[in-house]
Parts: sequence; C-alpha cells; structure tokens
Amino acid sequence: MSNTNPPDSGDTAWQEYLTGGGASAGAAAAGGEGAAPPEGPAAPHRVIGTPPPAAARTMLPASGDGGARPPARELPPDPDDPVRARKAEFVVVACFLLAMLAGLGFLVAYGLIGVGSVTATLHSNLALGLTLAAALLLLAIGAVVWVRHLMPTVELTEQRHPMASDAKDKRAFKETWEEGAETSQFVKRPIVRRSLIAATVPLGIAPLFLLRDLGPLPGTSLDTTVWRKGLRLMTYGTNPPRPITPAEFSSPGGLISVGPEGYLDDDDAMAKAAVIIIKFRPGELQFAPGWRPVANKVVQNWTVDNIVAYSKICTHVGCPAALYEQTTHHILCPCHQSTFDATQGARVIFGPATRPLPQLPIGIDSQGFLIATGGFAVPVGPSFWERS
Amino acid sequence: MSVERALEGTGTWLDDRLHGARGARVLLRKVFPDHWSFLLGEIILYSFIILLLTGTLLSLWFQPSMTDVIYHGSYVPLRGVRMSEAYASTLNITFDVRGGLLLRQIHHWAADLFMAGIMAHMIRIFFTGAYRKPREINWLIGIVLFTLGLLEGLFGYSLPDDLLSGAGLRILEGVIQSVPLVGTYLAFFLFGGPFPGHVIIPRLYILHVLLIPGLILALVTAHLFLMFHQKHTQMPGKGRTNTNVVGAPMYPYFMAKTGAFFFFVFGACAVAAALVQVNPIWLYGPFNPVAISAGSQPDFYMGMLEGALRIMPAWQWVVFGHTFAFNVFVPGLLPLGLLFTGAAVWPFVEQWITGDRREHHVNDRPRNAPARTALGMAVITGYGIMWAEGANDLIADHLDVPLYWITWAARVGIFVGPVIAYIITKRICLGLQRKDSHLIEHGVETGIIRQLPGGEFVEETRPVDDERLAVLTSRADLPPLPSGETTQTDVPAPGMRGGLGRVRERLYKVVTESVPVASGHNGHGDGRAIEGNGHEGNGHEGDGHDRAAVGSGTSSPDAEDGHA
Repeated sequence: MSNTNPPDSGDTAWQEYLTGGGASAGAAAAGGEGAAPPEGPAAPHRVIGTPPPAAARTMLPASGDGGARPPARELPPDPDDPVRARKAEFVVVACFLLAMLAGLGFLVAYGLIGVGSVTATLHSNLALGLTLAAALLLLAIGAVVWVRHLMPTVELTEQRHPMASDAKDKRAFKETWEEGAETSQFVKRPIVRRSLIAATVPLGIAPLFLLRDLGPLPGTSLDTTVWRKGLRLMTYGTNPPRPITPAEFSSPGGLISVGPEGYLDDDDAMAKAAVIIIKFRPGELQFAPGWRPVANKVVQNWTVDNIVAYSKICTHVGCPAALYEQTTHHILCPCHQSTFDATQGARVIFGPATRPLPQLPIGIDSQGFLIATGGFAVPVGPSFWERS
Repeated sequence: MSVERALEGTGTWLDDRLHGARGARVLLRKVFPDHWSFLLGEIILYSFIILLLTGTLLSLWFQPSMTDVIYHGSYVPLRGVRMSEAYASTLNITFDVRGGLLLRQIHHWAADLFMAGIMAHMIRIFFTGAYRKPREINWLIGIVLFTLGLLEGLFGYSLPDDLLSGAGLRILEGVIQSVPLVGTYLAFFLFGGPFPGHVIIPRLYILHVLLIPGLILALVTAHLFLMFHQKHTQMPGKGRTNTNVVGAPMYPYFMAKTGAFFFFVFGACAVAAALVQVNPIWLYGPFNPVAISAGSQPDFYMGMLEGALRIMPAWQWVVFGHTFAFNVFVPGLLPLGLLFTGAAVWPFVEQWITGDRREHHVNDRPRNAPARTALGMAVITGYGIMWAEGANDLIADHLDVPLYWITWAARVGIFVGPVIAYIITKRICLGLQRKDSHLIEHGVETGIIRQLPGGEFVEETRPVDDERLAVLTSRADLPPLPSGETTQTDVPAPGMRGGLGRVRERLYKVVTESVPVASGHNGHGDGRAIEGNGHEGNGHEGDGHDRAAVGSGTSSPDAEDGHA
C-alpha cells in the first residue's frame, strides 16, 4: 500500500496490535517485534474509545520492556462544546425516533392504501413517497447533527508520496518480468509464439460472426412500402377503420391520417406507409402536369379533387410529421421542426429535413373510395446510404 | 461488553484468515479532505446504488416483450387498446403494484440525478484541474462512465415502449441509418430488421439491466479504487501541500457523513418521486408509428443531441448514388464526439503545452487557470445553447417568440456564444487574480479613515489572515518552456522547432496568461500600516515590481514598505 502514516501512528500501532493481538501467538511475537523501538520516549499509552482487551494487554509488555513507542492519540475523545452536544443529542434522538415513525408509517400506508385506479395510485404514491422520504431525510439530518455536534472537530494530516515507484523497485520488476519472459521461452521460440497468436485470431473474430444474424440485410427493403395500385386509403385511429370518399372529405383544410387497407395493425408496415391526406381549395395547389414528380410542385394526376396524399414519415429522422397549419398550409414535424409546404409538393421550407415528403399517387375505385394508384415513386422516410 | 467480545472475536477470526489488521487500520484512519464540491461525486455513486435497488425491484414485474396484447388492467382509458407487453406491464407496475409508481419515479429521478451529478462532478474536476497528473486515468474512466450513463439512460427510457420513447427510438434509428456506408446495416442489425420490429425492447432490456450496469459497476469500482489509492485532492489552504492530505479520518467522520449523504440523496429522490410526476407513460399511450405528440422532450441529458439535430441546416450530398446525410449524422455524432474526445485528450494537450509533468494534489482555484476556465465556460455555453435549442418549441410557446427565430439565434449563437463566454470568463479570472494580488499586497480594507499630520486622508488596512493568505497565494507556478524560444536569441530548443513548436509557443502564452502573483506584502508587515489613497505615485506597485514576483508563488512576509 502506498498509504503511509505519520510515523507515530501507523506502524507503531500495528506493532502494538501484533504484540498484544493474538492471545498466545501474538505474545510470543511480542518479544521480537515489540522490542524494536523506532525512536522517541515511552509515553503512557492512551487508547481510542473503549480499549479492547487485546490493546489493554499491550500496555504491559510495552511498558515492561520500555521500548515500543505508543501512538499519540489523534482523535479527541469528547465533543468540543458539551452544552451544545447535549442539545444535539436530543435533536439526534428526536430525528431517529421520528425516522422510525415515518418508516412505520410507510409500512402502514402500504397496508392500508391500495392501488387500482388513478386516484388510489396517486394517494398511495404520495403516502408511500412522503413517509419514505421523511424516514430517509430524518435519518440523514440526525446523522449530520451527530457528526457536527457530538463528534469533536478534528483535522489530521496524512503524508503523500510520489506515485512513481523508486528506481530499485522498477529495476526489480523489470528483471522479474524479463526473467519470466525468458524462462517461458515465449521470446526465444518465435514459432511457438506465432502459432499461438495464429490460434487465437479466429477465436477473436468468431463473436463478430455471431453478430451477423442480429438482423436481415436491408437489401432494397427501404426503397418501397406496402402501398401498391388498388389499395384503399383507410382512416387511421378510428374504430373500425373505414375507406374514404372524396365527397365526405370535402371541407378544405382538413387532414386525415390514413394507412393501406389490411396493414393498419402492422407496425412494421405502417412505420413506412403512414400517409396524410389534405384537402385544398381549388387553385391553392401548385400543380405540375403529367405523371412524374417535379421539384416544388404537386403532381396533378396523383391527386383527386384537390386532395393530396403525402407520406407522413418525416424525411429527417422519421418522426410522424403530424402538425398541419391550415392557414399557411405548412406541415410541421414536431420532433425537429422540419417544415414542409403542402401546396408546393411538400417542399422543405425550414428545418433540418433535406427532402420533400414523397407524394402518393391516389385515385378512386369503382365504388368511389380513395385508392392508391401505385406505390411511392421515391423511398419514404429518413436518408440512408444506399438511397440515390 | 458482550458486543465488544463478539466484535473482537469476529475481528480475530477474520484476521487469522485474511491478515487484514494492518491494512484495515490504515483504512480506518484514511484522511478525507472536506469541501462541498467533493460531494458531487458521491451524488453519482449514491444515485447509482438507488438505481440498482429500484431497478432490481422493477425488473420483478416488467416484461421486456413486444408481443401484442390487449390491455385489461386497472387503467380505464386504455382498456381494450392493443399494446406491447412491455407497455402493459409498465401500466401494471404503475396502477396494480403498490409502490410501483413510486419505484418507477424514484428510478427515473435517480437516473436524472445520476447524469446531472456526472456533469456537475466533471465540471468541478475540470475547473479545479483535478484531472492533472496523476489522475488522468480516472478522468478517462469518468468520460467512459458519462458515455455509458447516456446510453443506459436512453435505453432505460425506451423500455416502457410508450409513444414518446418509441419516437425516441425512431429518431435513434434515423440517426444510425444516416451513418455513411454502414448505417443501414447497423440499423437493421440493431432492430432485427425494419423499424420497429419485435426485438428491440428485449435487446435494450438486457443491455440496460446487465451489460451496461455491469460495465458501470466495474468502472465505478476502478474509479473509486484509484481515488483511494492516489488519495483525494484537496482545496488550497493553510498547511495543505502537494505532499500531504489534510482532513478528517474515514472512521468515524467520513463514514458517518457519507452515510448521511446517502440518505439525503435517497430522500431527495423519494421527495421528488412523491411530489413531482415524471414520465407519466399512461398519458402518452402505447407506441404506434403513426402518432406523435407536440412538445415531446427527451430526458434532459439527451436534450443536447436533440438540439443539435434541430439546429442543423438541411445539408446533404448525393454522390454516385449514395447519400451523405450531413443533416443527420453530423449533429448526431459530431457534438458529443467532439466533447468526449476533447475532454479525453485535454489533460495531455495541456501537459504538452505547459510542459508541466509534475504531480498535482492541491486543486487549482478556477481563476488561477484563466485559459482553462475560459475554455470550460466556452464548452458549457456551446452545450447549453444546443441543450436549450432542444426545447426550442417549448421556448417559442412559452415566451411567444417565433420558432424559427430561436433556431436561427441558436445557429448563430453556437459559434458566437462560446467565443464571448471565453473572452468574458478569461477577463473575469484575470480580474479576480488582480483582486487577490491587491489583497495580498495591501491587506483588507478596514473602513477606518485616518488623517495624517500632513492633512492627507488614508484608510487603514489589516493583513489577510493566514488561512486566507494560503488560499490567495496558492497559485502553482508553471515551468517555463524549454529554453531558447523565450529569449528569441538562441536556437530553439528541441521540441520547440518547426510549426508544431511555434504552435506550442503561442498556446503556452495563451494558457499561462495570468496576473503576476503578488509577493505578499500583506498589509505591510505590522498590519497597521497605512495605505495611501494616491498610492499609484508611491512607486511600489509599478509593473516592474510585479513582474519581479512572477512565479514566486510564495508568500514570504515582506516587511519592506514603500512609503509608510
């Protein structure tokens, strides 16, 4: 141990302990070790607290051979201020007794207050929490008052030594190390050494191989969603889900979350296939004619009666972009505030997202319900390495 | 008496087998220096113990499973709702297990306290230079513990599988997916396929309850062992040097105090858990990938990452059919990467700049290392701006400020703020040093004005007392750079040549910029000496005089008095 003590406390005390420690064996050692006084005069030995029998016996051989220097007492036995200590004692006892009561209160509260409803749970939580807290805090306060006012103030100084070992020890270590290396033949016989290393390498890599089956390879699965031609747009969050006709979704400014028919309970599918449809007034949408996405425009042939469908999955890191401001036609992702202009093909107008929300081509089936007329033309959701 | 006998018997029995008396005696008498800021580390330790206790109990009821179930428990609003078993069992712990909500809330508050404690403790260590030799290893262990704590917190927060934590996992998936080259694969391996899959909760669970806590426990043990072995640092004061430790012994003082502190920390968590609701998952509902709530916030220690994501402009490259999503992986990896790497290399960079390879056991006062303190404040400012930006929507809402303004302010502030913080902090430090110098040289003003026979009014000063003087003069002098470069006449010393040497020379000037240490007039000897009001004219405070005192670092009482 690097811990060393003031010369008059540590080692001497240890010797004292040894001297009188073990009842008979220690006594035998006493003659040898106790008879090696470091220096200094013999002073009456004072023992901290109640002297244990072993330590009490120490005094006899110590004074007998007049050699071993007893350690100077380092901690005062009594509090600094006896009057204050008396008051403190009262406070400490009060704290501990109250802590005990609070602890009992905890047990009683556990027994009396049941759970099973929001109100009951809150009551139970309050009662259990406050009694527990009271018990703990009263214990803490009692202990602090004890330390501060019942225990005498003390300040000790312990010596510190440089962390670095001295040259002799370092040299000895080096020699031992080299001796071992030499004896082991590890250095002398390179063929053994190399074959050992060769043997461990495959074993070291093996765990990495085992990690391979943590999941399937992504392949092109991120490029597509379950949307395909003919799937109805079903309302999400209603029970049961139902298909939508353009007529019943006639009020401009409305927004509905929808999913592909048959996949609403499939979280893996919905994590990419969630869609919002928004109804606009005539003339609000900036259309691009034709069948292909154009930057900052809504593909006209992919809309029905000024209803546009966009992916709900934010192109930043994939939160549902769920907030819609009717007056400005902004779609806002609440996670990181990427903002998309719904009238301009959901182009990004603020925030960290780099790409617009992809538009889903929609049409109407024979029964007049909204359907997808194809999948998304581009991958939905956050960017990934393989995405071009 | 019988207790004593029993104790002695046990002690003897153990010692006969372990030979522990000597070591244990040294241990009992081990000296612990006292300072309020040394409690910060204990907060971390004790909140970790509370986390282990409450976490063990919670694991008796929690089901880390993503199997779909229909809820039939006590919480009426969610009856009949499809949810994962993980979420259902969390509801069960909350509403059907007595004390379950309390355990959950204590666990959550203790986790927040754990992270807050780590941050405060690291800040204390940094500003007082307690990471300096020989404690660099413990500093590095601390940084690893910080990282592990972040992961542990994030994973634990994700386990209940509620709407908010699911959104957090979705963000995690998006960030991982953005990593060039391997991101998609990493995300698929972590989630066992596409998000959300059915394995992420069980996987995070075993990381959260076994692997990471095990690592934390091992590193905490190493951290404490090193602290014990190297002995605690101490604040500057009378009689405290680099070759001693001054304080109270572990037994009985430190043991009693630290025991009390454990109860304080536990009690504080219990009070918070009883009175302040945290993470009411029943209000958020189970996770589904389509829903989200506005104003959603992660726990505070993830706020900085969240802010970094929000602050980042929409930059992205598409090159040869591959996407570099700078908008995601830069804020996801860079700020924390810089913070941890910077913190990890700083002790060694500082050693290289100053050439100071001595052991330090007396802490610096932050003012006495102005460049370091200013650097720390700059980092805290940058971190703080990103952290606040993580709540930009709430700030906008509560202060009625347009949302985008806040983001723009943060985009500018992240560059300007740290620079301003650096400059201001450094000036404040130098000012405080001047104040210290003044106190040492002229003593404390007494407020007593006396008229001299010549008619001049002067104020009496009294010398600084010894304890205070020891603190004021505690600044350690730094060794000069290898000779050659300062005189500018010689050939530069080895290690100071070339570009790197010049960089080091310049950095040395920045890092060591300080007001010269006063030579300790301390009230001019007799302590009742009279300080002239117009002392500038007295010629004893000129620059030349002060320079002569550079690096003396001692406080030899100087009876010479320029003018009295």
